[in-house]
Amino acid sequence: MAREAYSELMKMLNAKKFVFTGEIEPLKTTDPHEIIEVAKAHLGYAVACNVTDNPKSCAYMSSLVASYIIQKETGMEAVYQLCVRDRNRLALVSDVLGAATLGIKNILALSGDHTTFSDNPGAKPVYDLDSAQLVYMVKRMVNEGKDLMGLPIEKPPKLHIGMAGNPNADPLEPELMKIDRKVKLGADFMQTQVVFEMDRTKNFLNEMRRYDIPVIVGTFPCKSYGVADFFNKNIPGVSVPPDFMDKLKKASEIKDKVARANKYDEINVEFFANFIKELKKTTHASGCHIMAVGYERLVKPLVEAVEGRSA
Amino acid sequence: MIVLEQKPLEEILNLLGDAESVLIVGCDGCAGIYQVGGQKQAETMKTLLEMGKKLRDNKALKVKPVTILRQCDLRVVSTSLRPLIGDYQKVLSLACGVGVQTIAQAFADKIVVPANDTKFIGMQDRELGNLYEYCRACGNCVLYETGGICPVARCAKSIKNGPCGGQTKGKCEVGNYTRDCAWVLIWKSLKERGMLDSYAKFRAPEDYSIKAQPGEIKSEVEG
Repeated sequence: MAREAYSELMKMLNAKKFVFTGEIEPLKTTDPHEIIEVAKAHLGYAVACNVTDNPKSCAYMSSLVASYIIQKETGMEAVYQLCVRDRNRLALVSDVLGAATLGIKNILALSGDHTTFSDNPGAKPVYDLDSAQLVYMVKRMVNEGKDLMGLPIEKPPKLHIGMAGNPNADPLEPELMKIDRKVKLGADFMQTQVVFEMDRTKNFLNEMRRYDIPVIVGTFPCKSYGVADFFNKNIPGVSVPPDFMDKLKKASEIKDKVARANKYDEINVEFFANFIKELKKTTHASGCHIMAVGYERLVKPLVEAVEGRSA
Repeated sequence: MIVLEQKPLEEILNLLGDAESVLIVGCDGCAGIYQVGGQKQAETMKTLLEMGKKLRDNKALKVKPVTILRQCDLRVVSTSLRPLIGDYQKVLSLACGVGVQTIAQAFADKIVVPANDTKFIGMQDRELGNLYEYCRACGNCVLYETGGICPVARCAKSIKNGPCGGQTKGKCEVGNYTRDCAWVLIWKSLKERGMLDSYAKFRAPEDYSIKAQPGEIKSEVEG
């Protein structure tokens, strides 16, 4: 059953159109120039862009403010990422109300990387709520117009709450049971962690068939061989396919900087366009989340390659 | 038991400062079971302090090591220490933070120095010689529905609806995948017990107001 759509993202998902979402990472700055430029690079190619909330627990520009700025300055719709790590339930309610007031239409509920990964590792982690409880809280605010205590909200927020899913989880069963909880709480959409392997992705998507929730599959174009190698070695559960790694390795040996970058782009477009086309053709995936952080130039050629648009 | 870790000797000596006499008070409760606070440790501490004082200040230190039954019992502390404490400038407690406070409360004119850092409420695995934090005294025990594994103490995020995205092969990302993910342990435990319904259940936000003030349980006996 189609959900009431408050956002462009949800309208596209309801219309069963395969969507692309992008990713924007505000940094430790008061200069919004870069996030605006990154948002612009996604215009016409992504329906919305996630705006990260202190990724790896580093203290950066507020994701709420950055979400507002990209919407206002570029028209790109934001998926405002909201972590329970840094805020208790009072701050979470405030931020959700503030987000809705500023015209934010999508939130992604996350627990957030632990504070020990932080650039301020002595910080006290909050976790007053967990991400499931945040989904519960936001749905209650939106659907019932009440906060966690049942207190009425004047003009309740109209926005969607998304959840994360991890196809790489091992063991997978407890992850699936966690997803079950959040779907039953009414999460509106799911964005997955980064995947590179088609079999694993299909297996996960098969498990998701039992739910009426749009699933947007996470991909991570690799700007260089070093990035892919880092992913392979340091992100447990994620393995970058050897063929793709070999091609990137070969490209890394090209001396000329421009030629090397062009080759990287070509390899990424080829790999991910095929990956996404396969998803479109053989699964019920609702879209693809392209985490091209620092590599936004790839979004245009990649989406064009998937959609058969002329470059 | 309450698990303690002794402070570095240098820190203890600094806290004792220029005191010329110290009463070392061990505890035969949690601290005395094997670790850092029993009679044997009190005697060892005596030797260390005497040597340390000599090396640092080239002075002698009057030290007496004693051990009492439980430093968390106000009456035991008062009656056991009253005959001795007057002869010493400072008291070095080898107990947990409760013991230090109980002595300070019983003897308002004495400076009490903690010899230990109080780490956690833990389980001792004698085979491995290890201690593990198992309880945070949250005041709202959910162990029945989590298969006897505490998510508050044993999950790095203390979440109630885990696992988070940070587990791989049952290990937690915090500490670089060296420790078990509590929520994978909970899942295994409930599965073995045929209680997965309990795993699937959504747990609503906690009521932290129950911990808003220091814990207090008052005797119902009129006194």
